[in-house]
Amino acid sequence: MKRIQSVPRLAAVASAVTLGFAVQAPAGAQETFRVGVVSFLSGQAAESFGIPAVDGAKVLFEAFNAGQAPAPYDKKGFGGLTIEPIYVDEAGGATKQVQELKNLYDREKVDAVVGYVSSGDCLAVAPAAEEMKRFLILYDCGTPRIFEERDYEYVFRTAAHGAMDNVSLGRYLKAIDMKVGSINYINQDYAWGHDSQRDFELTMAQLYPEAKKQQDLRPKFGAGQYGTEISALLSKPADVTHSSLWGGDLQAFILQAAPRGVMKRSQVVLSAGDHVLPGLGDKMPDGVILGARGAYGLMSPDTPLNRWWFDLYEKKYGVYPVQAPYRMAQALLGLKLVVEKAMAANGGKKPDSAQLAAALKGFEWESPAGVIRMANGNGHQAIQETAIGRTKYDPEKKRVELVEIRRFPAECVNPPPDMKAEDWIKSGFKGAKC
Amino acid sequence: MLLLTIFVDGVVYASWLFIVALGLTLVFGVLKILNIAHGSFYALGAYAAASFVGWFASLGLAPAWSPVAMLLAAVAVAAVVAPLTERGLLRAFHGRDEVLLVLVTYALFLILEDVTKLIWGATPYYVTEPYMLFGTVEFGVMSYVGYDFVLILVAVVCGLLVWWGLNRTRSGKIVLAVIHSEEIASSMGVNVSRIYTFAFMVGVFLAALGGALTAPMLSVQPGLSVGVIIVSFAVVIIGGLVSIEGAAIGALIVGFARALAVHTWPDAELFSIYVAMAAVLVFRPQGLFQRMQARKI
Repeated sequence: MKRIQSVPRLAAVASAVTLGFAVQAPAGAQETFRVGVVSFLSGQAAESFGIPAVDGAKVLFEAFNAGQAPAPYDKKGFGGLTIEPIYVDEAGGATKQVQELKNLYDREKVDAVVGYVSSGDCLAVAPAAEEMKRFLILYDCGTPRIFEERDYEYVFRTAAHGAMDNVSLGRYLKAIDMKVGSINYINQDYAWGHDSQRDFELTMAQLYPEAKKQQDLRPKFGAGQYGTEISALLSKPADVTHSSLWGGDLQAFILQAAPRGVMKRSQVVLSAGDHVLPGLGDKMPDGVILGARGAYGLMSPDTPLNRWWFDLYEKKYGVYPVQAPYRMAQALLGLKLVVEKAMAANGGKKPDSAQLAAALKGFEWESPAGVIRMANGNGHQAIQETAIGRTKYDPEKKRVELVEIRRFPAECVNPPPDMKAEDWIKSGFKGAKC
Repeated sequence: MLLLTIFVDGVVYASWLFIVALGLTLVFGVLKILNIAHGSFYALGAYAAASFVGWFASLGLAPAWSPVAMLLAAVAVAAVVAPLTERGLLRAFHGRDEVLLVLVTYALFLILEDVTKLIWGATPYYVTEPYMLFGTVEFGVMSYVGYDFVLILVAVVCGLLVWWGLNRTRSGKIVLAVIHSEEIASSMGVNVSRIYTFAFMVGVFLAALGGALTAPMLSVQPGLSVGVIIVSFAVVIIGGLVSIEGAAIGALIVGFARALAVHTWPDAELFSIYVAMAAVLVFRPQGLFQRMQARKI
C-alpha cells in the first residue's frame, strides 16, 4: 500500500518540479524594461503639456505591450520585454528634478528616462544623466542651448528645438506674401518667451529687413490679466503681433484680446498655439496663424502610422492629440526601435545605457509627424519637418480647423549640424533646403 | 490719449485687485492672520463660478443670468469653506504667533490646491458668456469690454458696503471693537468667536467673488491662486494692512504703476509694483493708513 501511495506523491513532486521549470521559463521571457516618464502632472504646465503627454505615453505603452502597434512597431513591448512605466511629476524646480532623476536610476532601476518639458529642467538633468552614464531622452523642451553648449554621450532630444518654430512662422508669412512693415511682441518674461522672440526677430530681420519693432511686451508667467497689454497693442497696432504664450496664459490672452479686436487690427502669429484649439472652440478667432512646434495634431501628415496614432488617442480620451502627446509619441516610438536595435546587436539581451546611446546616435525613424532624424548635436539632437496653418472655426464639426497649411522640410527650418541656431539665422539661413 | 488709456487700464486692474485685497484686509484686521490661503479661496470662487454658470445653462436659463450664478457661487464658497476653515483649523491656532499662522495658511493653500484638482480635475473650464454680456465700449483707437467697467462698479459697491457695514451699523461697530481690543470687547459681552467667523466669511466671500468675476476672462484651471495672492499682499502692505481706504489706495497705486510701466517701459512691469510698494514704505513704514494702536499695559 505504501508503494502505491508513493507513486502519486512522486508524480506530484515531479509535476511540481516540471511546473516550476515551466513557470520559470516564461519568467525569463517576461523580463521588463522600466521607463521613467517625467512630465508636469501638477502646476500650470500640467493641463496643456504634462497630462496630455503622459496620456499619450499610457495609451502607447498599452498598445506596445499588447503588440497592437503597426509595423515596424508591432513587436510586443520593447523586443518582447514588457514595458513597465514609472511616472514622475516634473513640478518642483530643477534641483528637485535632478534628485528625482537620480532616484529613478538608482532606486527605481529604470533602464531609460524619457521626460522634461521645462528648458530649465532639461539644462539641469542632462549633465546629471551624463555624469551617471545613464540613458536619457529629452522629449519636449525647446531651448537650443543643450547640445549647442556641450557634447553628450548619453543624452538625446527627439524633438526639434524652438528655433524651428519661429523660423517657420517667418517663412510662412513670406510664403503667403504678407506685407509686414511693423511687428508687436507679447511674450512671457522668462527663457522660453525671450528665446522665442529673439528667434522670430532674427528671422524677420532676414526676411523682412524693413519691418520695425513697435510694442515689446513681457508679461510675467501666469499673469492671467492682459487688459493693459491689450490696450498697449491696440494703441500701436502693428501688421503682425507675435506671441509664444502657451497654456492658460495663451487661453486668457485670446479670451481677452479677441473681444477687444486685437485679431482684427493685426495679424496675430502664435509659435506654439495649437494646443488651445480644442478647449477654446468657437472662442478662437478665425485667421490666426499658428504653429504646433512640429507637424502635429490637425497639421499632421496623412500617413497610416499617423491615422493609427490619432485614432488611438482620440478614441481613448475623446479629444484629438495636440503637440504634447505627439512629441511624447515620437520619443517612445524612437525608443522602441532603438531598444530593439540594441537588443539585436547584444545577442537578444536587454541593452545597457551605453548600447542604447550607441543605437540612438544619428538614428532616424518614422513618427506620426513625419521622419525624425537625429542629425544635429553630433547625432543627439533631432530635426523634423513642421507646418504652419491658419485658424477657421467649422460650425458643423464644432471645432477649429487649420486651413492654408504650409509644410516646411526639416532642412529648411532647422540649422545644419555644424551651426548654432542663432548664427544660422543671422547668416541668412545658410545651407537651408526649402 | 495715452494718459487716458493708462488711467482706465490702471483703474480696471485696481478694481479686480481691490475686491480680493479688501477680503485680505478684513481678515487681517479682525483675526490678525496674513492669510496666504486667500488665493485658494479666489481660485475656489472661479471654479465654483464655472460650475454654477454651467448649472444655470443646463437649467435653460439665459446667459443674462450668469452674473447671478457667479454671485451665488461666491456665496456658496463663503458659506461652506469659511466656517470649515475658521472653526475647523484656524481657531485651534488663535492667539499664536502670527508667523505660525502664516505657515498654517500656507499649508492650507497647498492642501486646497490639491482639493480643487480632486474636485474639478486639471481640465480647464470656460465661462466666457458673462464677459460679452455688456458689449464693448470704443473710444478712439481703443476698445474696451463693458465687463471691465462693471468690474469697477462692483469694486466700488463692495468697498462702500464694507465701509458702511463697519462704520454705520451696530454689528460693524462691534467688529471694530474686536479689532481694537478683543479682551475689552469680550468683557463687554461680545461673542468674539462669532465675530471671527463672520469676518472670515466676509473675507472669503470677497476672495471668491474676485475669482468668480475673473473666471469669464480666462480658462479656469490649476495655478490660479498663486499670482493674485502675491500682488494682493503688495496692495494691503501699501494700504497699511487694516484699512479699507488703504486697500483702495494701494490697489490704485499698484494698478497705475503697472499700467504706466506696460505702456512706457514694459520690461519693468513687475518691478514697477514693488518699486511703488518700496517707495510708500520708505516714507511710511507702517503703510498709508495704519490705524492708531492702543497701548496695552
